[in-house]
Amino acid sequence: MNEHTNLLEIKDLTVHYVTVDGTVHAVENLNLTLPEGKTLGLVGETGAGKTTTVKAIMQILPDPPAKILTGEVIFCGEDLLKKNKKSMRKIRGKQISMIFQDPMTSLNPVITVGEQIMEVIRLHDKKISKKDAYTKACEMLELVGIKADRAGDYPHQFSGGMKQRVIIAMALACNPRLLIADEPTTALDVTIQAQVLELMRKLKAKYQTSMIMITHDLGIVAEICDYVAVMYAGEIVEYGNREQLFHRPSHPYTKGLFACIPNLMEEETTLIPIEGMTPDPTNLPTGCRFHPRCPYATEECSKTNPASKEIENGHHVKCLHI
Amino acid sequence: MSENILEVRHLKKYFPTKRGLLHAVDDVNFSIKKGTTMGLVGESGCGKSTVGRLILRLTEATDGEILFYDDDIRKYDREKMRHTRRRLQIVFQDPYASLDGRKSIFESIAEPLQVQKIYQNKKEMEEKVYELMATAGLARRLANSYPHELDGGRRQRVGIARALALNPDFLVLDEPVSALDVSIQAQVLNLMEQLQEQMGLTYLFISHDLSVVKHISDEIAVMYLGQIVEKAECKDLFKYPSHPYTQALLSAVPIPSIDYHVDRIVLEGDVPSPINPSPGCRFAGRCRFCKEKCRHETPELKDIGNGHMVACHFVGEF
Repeated sequence: MNEHTNLLEIKDLTVHYVTVDGTVHAVENLNLTLPEGKTLGLVGETGAGKTTTVKAIMQILPDPPAKILTGEVIFCGEDLLKKNKKSMRKIRGKQISMIFQDPMTSLNPVITVGEQIMEVIRLHDKKISKKDAYTKACEMLELVGIKADRAGDYPHQFSGGMKQRVIIAMALACNPRLLIADEPTTALDVTIQAQVLELMRKLKAKYQTSMIMITHDLGIVAEICDYVAVMYAGEIVEYGNREQLFHRPSHPYTKGLFACIPNLMEEETTLIPIEGMTPDPTNLPTGCRFHPRCPYATEECSKTNPASKEIENGHHVKCLHI
Repeated sequence: MSENILEVRHLKKYFPTKRGLLHAVDDVNFSIKKGTTMGLVGESGCGKSTVGRLILRLTEATDGEILFYDDDIRKYDREKMRHTRRRLQIVFQDPYASLDGRKSIFESIAEPLQVQKIYQNKKEMEEKVYELMATAGLARRLANSYPHELDGGRRQRVGIARALALNPDFLVLDEPVSALDVSIQAQVLNLMEQLQEQMGLTYLFISHDLSVVKHISDEIAVMYLGQIVEKAECKDLFKYPSHPYTQALLSAVPIPSIDYHVDRIVLEGDVPSPINPSPGCRFAGRCRFCKEKCRHETPELKDIGNGHMVACHFVGEF
């Protein structure tokens, strides 16, 4: 891949949570690239390390217990992990912003939504007047399809879908280069989810924002992402563009994921579940982390943790038997 | 005797609130044949869970009949109802909240057996609990574990084992897989299907996830704001969705494939409040095809052929 077009590059990132009950290997030797203007889907089940990865980018991991042991997070050519607190604060919200899963808990209930959006704007632009900032906040609300005269309302006066729109407005207020969305529609109903996804797609096209979308729903990935990274137990097991991932899924875990979800468009089939459970992150299996659940596992899989192989242009798979 | 195990007629539940009557369930009718699965879908607040709770009389209905084997259970007294509950059971959505954190898995599963005083002999009861654990796919060694030691999938299996303890005929499954990861979700769905086949169970499967409902149901009812707007055999509903709401709902589901192009119908606005709903079709405010008539007259559920019921004035005209 061409170095210069990558907005974000994560190299060998390892994050552990050190607790009294043992060390949680949340993210291990993770490598990831995001080309400018594209959307990357980060897919995986609970505890796969998706949220830890993006929190490491933003550097909002709680320390203790989280420890970033190794790695580089190169954003616009600079390593974010080397930045001090003050310069990170300037990047957060301005150049990288984040949308969280639950719109019900990510807004302050005692401040009007207009003021909350204004706060972001004024924090990153010290010269702007209060009045201008408020006008800008109203514009942002209009942009996400909420009438500007509702800027004086409090969060409880909005429905779930509208709250998530307010959060999107807030995240985009400073026109960031990278938007991280952590399961932005999981808490919403399908018809409202459709509205929000439609909106995100439009805004992305309009502002050329690059995006990382965390989700467990392969349907959303198919809809909105250009690239996909599949995570399992703290590692990326497969990475490729949408075509490669959906037409030629190659890692047994990725294949398993496709086999176990019911598909609305296809005729009745039996679901083939992935046997067993996600491993305990304090006590990970030796060798390939997926081998205890893998139908193709051999003796060797329990001994060697496979390196990621490029099986075609830009399509990486972490499996011994590829 | 009909082959319907359960029939619900004109079921209504109104909750009094400060701002007026909340019409949670408003004249719902359906029947379920023995050994089949009825899927009940709809978005949050449409009343689907309330229907499930009304059937078990966990919440008392405002009006209507609930016929279990052609007998209205709403007329039963406490004692008779307690007896009937052996045959009507429910599995709840959140396996984190529906188990008592201070009871071991063994105690949780044994509880219904003790409440109903099924076994006089302790040994026999123990045998039954272990048998139930095996049926639900729980290892025997987990008997003395507590819920916090188990992951979501296993907890849901405990919920299932509890529900099966009294050999019920009918199970209400209220979003049983929504809190689970996809790989675990498939395990639990397969278990439900397998149990239905082995034990001849009848299910009312409540869910917001259309893909899951399609997978497991024989018949499907779509609810919107307390009413059923469309009801049909599973295949028909997905092949010929006829109510504008069903059409929008189906088109909104993201498909995990890049080979299909779905023309998405994006609904404007949110679900309106169920408090003192205005007359007319409840979907009128968000409907693409809304006409004058829709705002005044409430459409009835009409059979458009083959038992496919739709509540829309203009069905087939668009």
